[in-house]
Amino acid sequence: MSSTLDQASLGTRPTIEIRDLHKRFGALEVLKGVSLEARDGDVISIIGSSGSGKSTMLRCINLLETPDSGEVAINGETIRMRGRGGGRVEPADRAQVDRIRSRLGMVFQSFNLWSHMTILENVIEAPIHVLKRPRADCVAEAEAILARVGIAEKRHHYPAHLSGGQQQRAAIARALAMQPQAILFDEPTSALDPELVGEVLRVMRSLAEEGRTMLIVTHEMGFARDVSNHTIFLDQGRIEEQGPPSQVFGEPRSERCRRFLSGHLK
Amino acid sequence: MDWVFLLDTLHQLLEGVPLTLELAACSIGAGALLALALALLRQSGVAPVAWFVRGYVFAFRGSPLLVQLFLIYYGLSQFPEIRHSFLWVFLRQPFWCAILALTLNTAAYGSEVIRGGLQAVPPGQIEAARACGMSGFLLFRRIILPVALRQALPAYGNEIIIMVKTTSLASIVTLMEVTGIAARLISETFRAFEVFTCAGAIYLVLNFLIARGVGLVEYRLSSHLRPAQS
Repeated sequence: MSSTLDQASLGTRPTIEIRDLHKRFGALEVLKGVSLEARDGDVISIIGSSGSGKSTMLRCINLLETPDSGEVAINGETIRMRGRGGGRVEPADRAQVDRIRSRLGMVFQSFNLWSHMTILENVIEAPIHVLKRPRADCVAEAEAILARVGIAEKRHHYPAHLSGGQQQRAAIARALAMQPQAILFDEPTSALDPELVGEVLRVMRSLAEEGRTMLIVTHEMGFARDVSNHTIFLDQGRIEEQGPPSQVFGEPRSERCRRFLSGHLK
Repeated sequence: MDWVFLLDTLHQLLEGVPLTLELAACSIGAGALLALALALLRQSGVAPVAWFVRGYVFAFRGSPLLVQLFLIYYGLSQFPEIRHSFLWVFLRQPFWCAILALTLNTAAYGSEVIRGGLQAVPPGQIEAARACGMSGFLLFRRIILPVALRQALPAYGNEIIIMVKTTSLASIVTLMEVTGIAARLISETFRAFEVFTCAGAIYLVLNFLIARGVGLVEYRLSSHLRPAQS
């Protein structure tokens, strides 16, 4: 909704840019130098087998994981890092991280709604307490968003009272309420019963159609192919193949990508 | 059955209820705050601090409250430094000694209960809050603490009830709460059975009301765990 303004004021700076990210967990090197650029309105799907580093890459963007080296920049603002001894790094400015996180929505595999709050309270929580917006505005906007994702009548229910698909739509509403510049989806349908996947994908598709910037880690190959304008295939911590979905899915150059897809496409 | 005597005893014992409740309320309130602080220090990740809390819990949970009370009431007065310090204003009064012993003791148990509650907060909910830009005290106040307290409340209700009964130990240091008055009445009448039955009944009623109160709070705070009313 603020895309025209962003483009005018920020020129051609990517909304999200990561450069040469490395991340290891103990002896295991999960990311071996990945780079990515998402411009305003891009819908990027990230595919690959389990353990390929897709989720880690996504979680490095809002610093839920701290990369060992490399850069993350949001709207041209690079997140500053500093060494903390032992070759480890940490964000130099916690407030900067909080600010950048508040501009990026995140949708998790396991929804992670706050269990002690109703759906409406979940959606208005961060706009009120992080963005410091007036409560009445937040409520009005939250109700519109909940109506849009199709769970307006559940707004006074608690997360535990909703189906998985409804919870995930509530989590998407929570992300939308922050008016984010981009939304990160970390396997949003992997924890859902097959018959509930469709309702979540429909909401995501409509978000893509209205021009939202989205990064989607997913195993839904058909969805990735239809909805994204760029696909990244990650293998063993490296970007093995990327390009328009027609190319990645249609005529992959990499043997590994071909083998992965033949196992996943029906 | 000597109803006149029972009623008269009950009447006299009831005069001790305000002091019993005062002891319980002060020590439970202050103890809960101290317990929360201890639980957070235990979780702080700073090793010496965490070990201090472990030592504290070990000492106050592992030794009898009566011994702790004697140490504070009789033991501390042995040191001239304490008798000449501002602390003496409090420590020479049995009331404050009892409050101090009860508070320090319940804080040890309470901190373990709260620690359990904090550990039971699902990490995903904390992560979701971080992803929205919440951190520090805001994250603690809005997400971690409300979830943790809901988890801890049933066990903490137990601790509250135990504390109400434990205030009876204050009678040993001359305080005239319910048990103190009972002891005095017995020394006057030698009718221990009737007097202690009345005293026991008073504690039963108090704790019945408190258990109902805790249950009510628990019910109000747990609507997210019950099936939806439609």
